[in-house]
Amino acid sequence: MSCCCQTEESTTIQSVSTAIQLSALEDLINRYRGVEGSLISVLQGVQELYGYLPRPVLEHISLQLGMKKARIYGVATFYAQFRLTPVGKHLILLCQGTACHVNGADKIETALCDELGVEMGGTTDDRVFTLTEAACLGCCSLAPVMMIDGQAYGPLTPDRARKVIRDIYKQEEQSREEVGA
Amino acid sequence: MIVRIGLSSCGIAAGGLPVKEALALVIEQQGLDWELQQTGCIGMCHYEPLVDVIHEDGSINTYGNVTMDGAREIVAAEASGTALEKYRIATDREPNDCLAGQVRIALRNCGTIDPESIQDYINSGGYQALQKAVNQMTPKQVIEEIKISGLKGRGGAGFPTWFKWNATRQEPGDIKYLICNADEGDPGAFMDRSLLEGDPHSVLEGMVIAGYAIGAATGIVYARAEYPLAIKRLGKAIEQAQAHGILGSNIMGSGFSFDISIKQGAGAFVCGEETALIASLEGERGMPRLKPPFPSQRGYWDKPSNINNVETLANVPWIIANGGASFAAMGTEDSKGTKVFALAGRIKRGGLVEVPMGMTLREIIFGPGGGIKDDKKFKAVQLGGPSGGCIPEALLDTPVDYQSIKNTGAIMGSGGMVVMDETTCMVDLARYFLNFTQDESCGKCVPCRIGTKRMLEIMERLCAGEGKPGDIDLLEMLGQQIMDGSLCGLGNSAPNPVLTTIRYFRDEYEAHIYDKKCPAKQCKALITYLIEPDKCKGCTLCAKKCPVNCISGEAKKPHVIDQNLCTKCGTCLEVCPSKWSAVSVS
Repeated sequence: MSCCCQTEESTTIQSVSTAIQLSALEDLINRYRGVEGSLISVLQGVQELYGYLPRPVLEHISLQLGMKKARIYGVATFYAQFRLTPVGKHLILLCQGTACHVNGADKIETALCDELGVEMGGTTDDRVFTLTEAACLGCCSLAPVMMIDGQAYGPLTPDRARKVIRDIYKQEEQSREEVGA
Repeated sequence: MIVRIGLSSCGIAAGGLPVKEALALVIEQQGLDWELQQTGCIGMCHYEPLVDVIHEDGSINTYGNVTMDGAREIVAAEASGTALEKYRIATDREPNDCLAGQVRIALRNCGTIDPESIQDYINSGGYQALQKAVNQMTPKQVIEEIKISGLKGRGGAGFPTWFKWNATRQEPGDIKYLICNADEGDPGAFMDRSLLEGDPHSVLEGMVIAGYAIGAATGIVYARAEYPLAIKRLGKAIEQAQAHGILGSNIMGSGFSFDISIKQGAGAFVCGEETALIASLEGERGMPRLKPPFPSQRGYWDKPSNINNVETLANVPWIIANGGASFAAMGTEDSKGTKVFALAGRIKRGGLVEVPMGMTLREIIFGPGGGIKDDKKFKAVQLGGPSGGCIPEALLDTPVDYQSIKNTGAIMGSGGMVVMDETTCMVDLARYFLNFTQDESCGKCVPCRIGTKRMLEIMERLCAGEGKPGDIDLLEMLGQQIMDGSLCGLGNSAPNPVLTTIRYFRDEYEAHIYDKKCPAKQCKALITYLIEPDKCKGCTLCAKKCPVNCISGEAKKPHVIDQNLCTKCGTCLEVCPSKWSAVSVS
């Protein structure tokens, strides 16, 4: 991860925001303007809008809210929830909790990496999936568990994990066909 | 008739939503005048999806592992006045074995009321304790009642709750804060999630009573972002409480005003530490600071603040309603009342149990927990998550109270109990926990930031078969120094899993270092998968499933693993039909 002071990045707030209404971002900034201690909530709002924290947006927030970029970057990199790179449409959180560990989470990880063709933390080329870890999803009695878009799946076997992914791919294809038709 | 389905995260993960739809459809199709309700988790997570059928006379049939087809069959059977034995796991008169020996105080409503209905909570006696506290008791009397109960913090440190309340109350100043710590970070603990999903109003009621006792007007719930359903239900509960005059100004005509908001954490284990949590609430990096001043003196925005855990607060309404003495009548001299434990790992019946303090580990694990999965041999139980330790079989009769657990080298923590059997490598487990704490160290103080890193490097070496004589001594020395030199609880306890496993499972460490063997056959660098030629029938299943195609052989002839290519994923062992069991690990 490069330092936030570097300005070689050519993207601008407008270019990352093409897909998103800039007004939504402005609403978010206005909601928290002058509210002390709201940086984490602002960043959560940005991530909700973009799926990650785009650097131009962080720079924009820094200007708008009068916060040092280093402070924003410090908070953004401290917490596990925040991502500085774009993610796929579906975010897979593979639980790394103790119960999952002793019930073979590593085998699920191998299967998912193989099925998706990515390493842990990676995004598939078609940007459908991003595979990440979560410290614990709190569904320990269903270990090993993963969560996709807020829905927990467990207890998993390598084959069941692969099937969940394939099923979501199938749904994706169907909805694309419907849109096409 | 009422049909109730368990829809907390575990119920939904087990397929509860389609079962609910199937139930709704068949009830409608048959034209039955039945009410379909949702509820939280009763704790028997291994039986999810769970369905209760409550008859007009109050009798209940409980059905477990209900499928969509099962749902249709159950409705058909119940409509004709019979129970469907195939799925029935309990009735109101014959409760399931999991519930035997349990005393449910914090979990009193979990799995029996609709968490999204304030009326359900009120009907089961909810908000009466608040009425009593704000209208019949002084704040001092409330604190005194909690003192009599002997309630200690259920989040980890086990500090007397009344003492913290009293300290915050006595601080000068008009603005004080009550904070509910719902940042359940211990991997292996999920009672707070279950409480927030299953009975959010009990936590809110506890918060308002605590706010009244300490003289706060503002309550904040600091909740994990990883718990979306808990946050959703809590938010709904807050709105309902506001609409009912239970939150807001002049609560229940008492003149006391209090309101609650939710702040989402962003994923940092260290934020379970009070001062780090406060920093995070203020929008900063969650880094702890030196104490004193304690949060009760200078907390959120430098104002006196009291922080209690979810389970602690859920106990409060029960104590006020039933009296501190009834709570203190349960448990032991040192630890009063009940405690919720999250049973997970290699256990038959994973889930939540609430038992009186002082029950032994054996009674919990082999009672409600049902013993070890696949009838394997018990090896150890891990208590207290990454800050805790592993307790071996020889100490299984240790009573579960704060002091007895501390004497074993572990801690009560938030009550996560992860059970391990002979297939768990204790060296790998200690490495796993250290990897977690090293990753979660905030980096503020050197012993924790660098010490855990160095310890982790040694643990990784051991698991890779590159351990050296002297490594154990080095781990012990480093561990002690990290514990002595770190600023906060994270560093003070991070070496615990390593130190307790060295204490009780030294032979496993020695096997890794001197014999280059992993007795539990888990550390990939120290094991080899082999196909035994006399047992292999050449069914080709392993060769087809091997992800790296390192198994060769003709059909109906013994197969061979190319050890140079094998990644030791264990797939061949898994897929080899049990009637042949031709794959072995050594």
